[in-house]
Amino acid sequence: MLEFLVEALRAAIPAGTPLLFGTLGEIYVERSGILNLGVEGMMIMGAVTGFSVALTTGNPWLGVLAAAIVGGLLSLIHAFVSITLRGNQVVSGLALTMFGVGLSGLLGRRFIGTPLPAQAKLVGIRIPVLSDLPILGPLFFQFDPLVYISILLVPIMWFILYKTKLGISIRSVGEDPATADAMGVNVFGIRYLCTFIGGVLAGVGGAYLSIVYTPSWIEGMTAGAGWIVIALTIFALWSPLRAILGAYLFGGVKVLQYRLQPLGISPNLLNTLPFILTILVLMAATREVMRRRIGAPSALGLPYSREEK
Amino acid sequence: MQIRLERRLLAPGWVRILTSAISLLLALLSIAVAFYIFGLDPLFAYKKIFIGSFGSLYGLSESLVKAIPLLLCGVGLAIAFKAQFWNIGAEGQLLMGALAATWVALFCPIELPSWAMLPVMFIAGFLAGAIWALIPALLRAKLRVNEVITTLMLVYVATEIVNYLVYGPWKGAREWGFPYSDRFPDSAIIPVISGTRIHYPTLILGLVVAVLAYFLLMRTKWGYEIRVTGDNPRAAEYAGIPYLRIALLVMLISGGLAGVAGVGEVAGIHGRLRYPQGISPGYGFTAIIVAWLAQLNPLVVILTSFLFGGLLVGGDALQVSMNLPVPTIQMFNGAILLFLVGGEILLRYRIVIRKGSQT
Repeated sequence: MLEFLVEALRAAIPAGTPLLFGTLGEIYVERSGILNLGVEGMMIMGAVTGFSVALTTGNPWLGVLAAAIVGGLLSLIHAFVSITLRGNQVVSGLALTMFGVGLSGLLGRRFIGTPLPAQAKLVGIRIPVLSDLPILGPLFFQFDPLVYISILLVPIMWFILYKTKLGISIRSVGEDPATADAMGVNVFGIRYLCTFIGGVLAGVGGAYLSIVYTPSWIEGMTAGAGWIVIALTIFALWSPLRAILGAYLFGGVKVLQYRLQPLGISPNLLNTLPFILTILVLMAATREVMRRRIGAPSALGLPYSREEK
Repeated sequence: MQIRLERRLLAPGWVRILTSAISLLLALLSIAVAFYIFGLDPLFAYKKIFIGSFGSLYGLSESLVKAIPLLLCGVGLAIAFKAQFWNIGAEGQLLMGALAATWVALFCPIELPSWAMLPVMFIAGFLAGAIWALIPALLRAKLRVNEVITTLMLVYVATEIVNYLVYGPWKGAREWGFPYSDRFPDSAIIPVISGTRIHYPTLILGLVVAVLAYFLLMRTKWGYEIRVTGDNPRAAEYAGIPYLRIALLVMLISGGLAGVAGVGEVAGIHGRLRYPQGISPGYGFTAIIVAWLAQLNPLVVILTSFLFGGLLVGGDALQVSMNLPVPTIQMFNGAILLFLVGGEILLRYRIVIRKGSQT
């Protein structure tokens, strides 16, 4: 039983890691008042870029870097349309997802069915003594470096958001941009920055899928992960600390899917689990938001312009 | 010299048309640049798309075939978006409609007379699509759950349910292992214009619905309430317009119409239930752009759905001749939509250019 639990948790963490990267990013985006529904598109572009660069250079880190850059650049399209042109953020984000999914298909067509060679994969770190501990070893000390980076990002991003001047600026821009502007905060700058951070992390999350988790390129491989990220951002109540909980919960469901398959349950019906869970989680989170009156950033999704204060 | 943006309430008609046209052109231009960068000849690509879609009688008829589901879904989405209800899940509602029609055609325990078969299938499809859409409407109105995510999640769920059925219990006995259901009986097949695949009853239905939807929106009390809710939710609340009623109304219509589109696809084109991508190459998503390009005017949707029907047909031709992967056409959709949203600043603001400096 214990062995099973350890095994399940061990599998849930890597499965949840792309979601964690994406959610941490989207939390910053939404905290600054921007809603970016383009996560799915940025993630899948991160996946195809990461894979192709890792494959051609043989260096997984270059792949991750390239994915981060591409994710960031794509997010700037959304930033320009929604911040500078004050366009509808729902539609713009959706368009970005369509664009990303389409472009990834075009870019990835040469890589379908190509496996990533061993040296281009990111593998688990083995820390001498710690990795060999029973239970704790496999549970905490045998993951690949990106898992640890994503976990490290959680307290760092929490600290920046709540304990630094930059964090105060981000939150104030998301709550009340007009006042923040009057206090001398650069509303446009902060919003561009946060949207960019969100794109970078979505790109890295995508690269994790194609370089580490299933080291290959499969068309449409994000399979809705970007949309789960949007739901997790609400579930996390826009706090990086709660993001990790949600991400691993969904990682666990993914593991459960594989575990239940041999029992003769249709894989198609099992595939619906994460999406049904997303709706349930969203219902629970929305209730909590209303009960505790800690809503979404007040200015979320609303464009800001000085003339219309 | 100084350039400023000034807010305006209502853009004149010519500005609206011009804005859409320019956005469309810029999107096509930017994709041409993208093609060029990837080593594909953009002129050849666009020629392929145009000749494939509007260049022959066959192409035109195929464009019309693909315009039918876009028209039905697009009209529904125009109404939902008018109320600022973000139904992103027309694709799933379409699939549920297809599923319900299949059930009526193949598995209904009551023996239907053949004259009643198609009407019952259409009603069942409408209801199935509507129910699939009412779940997010209720969740949004009662619990304030974000409808963008719920409608979209239900697309994935519907896709997997259809997959489950065509690979499992509904898999046809005579289909040689393909993920198809058995063929519908003749009474459950929508007639077509001979020599084409245009299932004209569905097309006529779509055209009638577009006109009705226009009148609903512009000439009735419900339409007025939908528009007020979309323009200013707070004002609607003060005016005593219940959000629940509006959410249920717009989702009943848009989900139901998407379901009807699904019936048209299985009973008009394929004659059977197939795997989800075989029924719809993303009509429900493309319809979002169809509605947006029409600036949410149901009558204009007639035009834009035909345009995008053509783009889909041309995209297929391009895909085959240049050996491009299936999702490529999504790139067009995304780019066009991005330019449309970005270009809307011209509808809401007037560009004022003043000579001399002035603050």
